[in-house]
Amino acid sequence: MPHLRLEKLGFTRQGRVILRDLSLSFAPGQLVCLMGANGAGKTTLLRLILGLLRASDGEIMLDGRAVHDFGRRDLARILAYVPQNRETPPPYSVDQIVAMGRLPYKGLMRESRPEDQGIVTRILTRLGLNALRDRPCTSLSGGEYQRVLLARALVQETPVLVLDEPLSGLDFGHQIRLMALLGALGKAGRLVLMTAHQPDLVYRYATHVVLLEHGRVLAQGTPDVILDAGRLSAFYETPLTHHDIADDRFFAGET
Amino acid sequence: MSYRFYLLAALIGLGILCCASLMIGRYPVSFSALLQFCIGKGDASTHLVLIQARMPRIIGAIVIGAALSVSGGAFQAVFRNPLVSPDLLGVLSGAAFGAAGAILLHATGPFIGLASFCGGCCAVACGFAIARLVGQAGVLPLLLGGLISSALFTALLSLLKYVADPYDQLPAIIYWLLGSLARTSWTELAVVVPVLCLGMALLWIGAQVLDTLSLSDDEARSLGLPVGVLRMVVLVLATSLGALTVSMAGIIGWVGLIIPHMARIMVGPSHRILLPLAGLLGASCLLLADTASRSLSASEIPLGMMTELFGALGFILVLRQLRREGRL
Repeated sequence: MPHLRLEKLGFTRQGRVILRDLSLSFAPGQLVCLMGANGAGKTTLLRLILGLLRASDGEIMLDGRAVHDFGRRDLARILAYVPQNRETPPPYSVDQIVAMGRLPYKGLMRESRPEDQGIVTRILTRLGLNALRDRPCTSLSGGEYQRVLLARALVQETPVLVLDEPLSGLDFGHQIRLMALLGALGKAGRLVLMTAHQPDLVYRYATHVVLLEHGRVLAQGTPDVILDAGRLSAFYETPLTHHDIADDRFFAGET
Repeated sequence: MSYRFYLLAALIGLGILCCASLMIGRYPVSFSALLQFCIGKGDASTHLVLIQARMPRIIGAIVIGAALSVSGGAFQAVFRNPLVSPDLLGVLSGAAFGAAGAILLHATGPFIGLASFCGGCCAVACGFAIARLVGQAGVLPLLLGGLISSALFTALLSLLKYVADPYDQLPAIIYWLLGSLARTSWTELAVVVPVLCLGMALLWIGAQVLDTLSLSDDEARSLGLPVGVLRMVVLVLATSLGALTVSMAGIIGWVGLIIPHMARIMVGPSHRILLPLAGLLGASCLLLADTASRSLSASEIPLGMMTELFGALGFILVLRQLRREGRL
């Protein structure tokens, strides 16, 4: 199970500094939530970790080896990605899209093996998508397609999962079920790295929180230390209160 | 209906069209004469008409129609857009410029084809170079590069038309641009058909690449694909198919745009099935257009003009279907 380390990471695009001097370290078994206002650099950070962008400064190390030293296919066996669900879905069926998650193992020239089909069916069942498996993705709702993208990432069977706003578009029930699933994956030893805007759910399920502000780390640590009304009020520039009920913490706007 | 049904129906349809096309023409061949020919009998004149005049055209139409459709299917996957065609990177404008230049230099048959192929490749290379100048990854710079290259070579073609001899060369250029299979010969087929078949086979083998390139670049790369390299390979293959078809038959519009979309409506987007069906439908479509172009009137109607006519009608159907799917 790989450790992920960011060393003085910086990223500049067209003269604009997006991320600066980020040093973070994540271990297997963690569910890490990156939080930040829009434009704080969360998606850029995830794309850097995935090797989709090249850092302007610093390095990203996976088990002591720079991300950019990995071959694309090798990296796809370590890191799976659930992108922000913003593009029009391709017209393929749910089954076809999810089966693409096996590409890093079987390659492009070979047809699916029975074991690949078995993994696809298992994940589709786990995410409650079996009934949709023959439907074209263009006919799905935003939330359903979001779950399809998650299924494809799980089919990749990687030790690290990177998810960009996976809760967006999901109904409340699916948000809770998804976070519970990600929490379970973390407990099973995977490293789950995600961006989120729901402090209640992050408090309940995350093991580690990173607050990003203008491309810098404002604070990081366990949710009970990082997520309190005072810090989040300043962070989101909105007066907030929090209420502790049993082991949970709920946030609300101050009226 | 299963994809096997569509493939079988398209294959049978193409077979029937081939027989009809062999029989129809200014020198009609009856069904019994055709059967006689098939078993190695029949008179010498029928033999001559079928072997020397009709069969090369029919084979040419089948291979060119299939190649244009397969090439169009590949382009539509790479650009994630069902409304793009093999001409997107300027191959047709470049090929037309090459052919016009050769006619202006008094070149004959095969040299015009060769010049046209080179012109098409030059235009696409120019499009790639412009896309690199923009410096960003992704399909948008390629699209813009192709657009600029296409405009550039269209302007150069206009210049050649302007300086061409209006009584001799200009009509030859215009006739060539209208597209025709009348000049197809066995010699030309022997050279071009294997190359076209190889190109189509390679695209079919890489069907899964096309499926994955239909995703966003970030998704495809996170699944382990070297997106830039694969996209370039697919575009070079698909463009070469387009350039070769132009060198053989001139400019044949619409086939590469509409046929892949029609196949997609029938069997869905998976390229492993879509490309063979598009190939068969494209072959039938061009064969039908060519048979009509040589038999509807006393003098031959240019093939490009026929496909434009069929294409405009077909495009309306495609747009209706896109609207029904909620994608327009």
